[in-house]
This record gives sequence, C-alpha cells and structure tokens, in this order.
Amino acid sequence: MRALVVDDSRTMRSILSRSLAVLGAEVEEAEDGAVALSRLEAGALPDLALVDWNMPVMDGLTFVREARRRPEWRSLTIMMVTTEGEYDQIARAMAAGAHEYLVKPFTAEALFDKLELLGLAGSADGSNDAGANLAGGEESGGGR
Amino acid sequence: MTSTATDFAFLRALLYDRAAIALGEDKEYLLEARLRPVARDLGLGSVTELLDQLRRASNGTVERRVVDAMTTNETSWFRDVHPFEALRRHVLPDRIARNAARRQLAIWSAACSSGQELYSVAMLLDSGFPELDGWSVELVGTDLSSEMVERARLGRFSGLEINRGLPAASLVRYFERDGAGHRVREELRRRCRFDTFNLARPWPLMVRFDVILLRNVLIYFDNETKRRVLDWARRQLAPGGYLMLGSGESPLGLTDGYQPVTVASTIVYQAKEE
Repeated sequence: MRALVVDDSRTMRSILSRSLAVLGAEVEEAEDGAVALSRLEAGALPDLALVDWNMPVMDGLTFVREARRRPEWRSLTIMMVTTEGEYDQIARAMAAGAHEYLVKPFTAEALFDKLELLGLAGSADGSNDAGANLAGGEESGGGR
Repeated sequence: MTSTATDFAFLRALLYDRAAIALGEDKEYLLEARLRPVARDLGLGSVTELLDQLRRASNGTVERRVVDAMTTNETSWFRDVHPFEALRRHVLPDRIARNAARRQLAIWSAACSSGQELYSVAMLLDSGFPELDGWSVELVGTDLSSEMVERARLGRFSGLEINRGLPAASLVRYFERDGAGHRVREELRRRCRFDTFNLARPWPLMVRFDVILLRNVLIYFDNETKRRVLDWARRQLAPGGYLMLGSGESPLGLTDGYQPVTVASTIVYQAKEE
C-alpha cells in the first residue's frame, strides 16, 4: 500500500506514518492540502490519503473537494483524521467525498480497524479481503 | 534478541499453551498497549516485570489476566469485518428467505459485552435489509457480567470506543451526541434486548434463534464445556440456523452437529437438521 499523510503537525504526521509503516505501507507526507495536491499531481497516485481538517493554506475539506474533482484520482481512498468530531462536520466530509472519518485522539488499533473497514488492512486473523461494505457503507459517497 | 522480542516470544508461547491461541508474529505492537494496564494494576513497573513473574512461577490468576488482555477486544464494532460480510451476503438472506412466510427473525449475541456486536447487527439489518419492515425481529444480547449488560442497555460510548471500527456513516445515522460521548439512538436501542446469562450452566427455555453469535467465547472453556455449549447452541438454533464462532474456534472434533459453510473469508456453522 502507498499512502499520503496530510497534516500540519509534524508530530501527527510522524505518528500516522509510523503506524502505517507497521502495515508495510510506503508513506509520503504533506503539511497542507495544497502541498498534498501538488504531490498527487507530481507522482504516482497512492492508495490512501489520511487528511487533517484544520491546516493553513488549504484545509482538509477543500483538499477533499479538489481531489474529488479529478476523475483520474477516483481510486484514491480518503480518510479524514481530525479533532473535528461534530456529526454535521463528519457528514460534510463524507458528502464531499471522504470514505471514512477518524476523530482524534485515537489508538493505533482504531486506525487499523478503519483501514480494515476500507479493505486496506488485514483482519485479526491475517486474511485480507478488500471491498467490505457494511452498514451505512453504501451512503459513504466518494464514488468508491 | 531484544528484550521486547524475548517478551513477545514468551507471550506467544504462553497464549498458545494456555488458550490454544496463535498470536500473529506481526502483533508485537499489541504487547505494550494491552499489558501495560495489567502490569500497572498489579503494582509492577513494566510489561517485562509482569512477564518475568510468569516466567519464574506459574500463576493462574495472572496468566488469565494476561490471556484476557491479549485476546479480548470487545470494544470493536463490526468486529473483524468478515463475519458481518458473511451475515450480509449469505446468512441473513438465507434465513430471511426461509422465514418469509412467518416473517420472524431472531438473533442472539451470546457474549455481548457492552453491546457493540448486537448494535452492529441492528445497524446492518436496518441499513441492508429493508424487506424486514413489518417483520417481528428479536435481537437479544447476553453477557455473564451484569455490569456489561447494564452498559449495553444504556448504549453510551466514549469517543475512543466509537473509533473502534464503527463506519462514520453509521455513527452519523444511528447515534446522537451524549455530553462528550455518544449514545445509540433510542430507535435502535428499542430493538435490542440485553440480559445476563451464564453460558456454562444449563440453558433455560428460549425462542429458537436463526443466528447465534458465540464469538471468542469457547477459547475460555475446556473441551467438555465447549462440547456442552455447542450442543446446547445447536438445540437453541432453528433448523438450518447458523452459529458464528471466533476465527480461531471450531466445533471440529467436538460435535458433528454442524455443517461448515465458507462465506467471505469466514466459516459459519449451520445446524444440521435432525
């Protein structure tokens, strides 16, 4: 798996990158939405982007909207990872095209659970079967 | 070998020996997270000290706590993902087709802990099976612990608990804010009934269930108890009903009352018809 971690906090980027590395992911980092967009334009498309909401220059929600305007990036799975935990914000991010949403603070296991839901990490028994579609999954938007 | 690697190797051997649980080599990251609270509770300074104590002398109580901490994962929604895929793709459609005339469905989460498993089933039924509208659907959750049953009934969960595998779309749809935490909406709570129940004692008369979820419970029993529980479960299932066990569990070699069926990377066990 290849992943892009988008967060203005260096500490948070490093926590997420290390957790993803445990799963064998190859990780790139960006400090705001605009840098993330240019990374996507410049290189090969990753499988996953973990995106903070509040960042300078370009916030996470704007990044999601911009990324979803590009049909060639359709296969990119986007998960918001943010302290913004109000339901209307979650609903806005999902409507804009995020596939999942993880509210800070979270444990490494919570991150792995979410990746498993998205078919990007193996389950506890070590198997890996992408395409899980559980309750509410149909409405999660993003054209996945 | 580093001390963490030594500890992990010892722990894997212990889990295998005591609980027949094969912990993956890639699960080293669980060591600190799961065992540090146990060490702290016992007044020990580190996980290494805790494991040293077990290396020096066998101690049933401490061993059980370590095994529980490493194997219990009760706070996760749609736990392990695949079993819920099996429910969605095969088990529920099969039972719904079979019960179409009676329009009744009964599901039992037999070690429900704080209720996440049964609420996950309720969400799955609500979002994925609109054809159940007008059916009588019985959703029962039981646990040995009355404290857990009370928690399950309340349906209140912290942000950290919610984070464990609950799809964001389900959070927004089936929960409401409850102070700093979250609560299952009343409409969904109303559909779920929770009670205390000891699986190891003879079972009282109940309705017959279409599905019994008995996941990660048998691992705590000896073979004789496992056999009894599996037989009781078969009698409690409707003809052709399904038993769902944890990924490391199987009725194989204990009873021949079930037919294994593989769906979505999960094996479910269908009660043989008498």
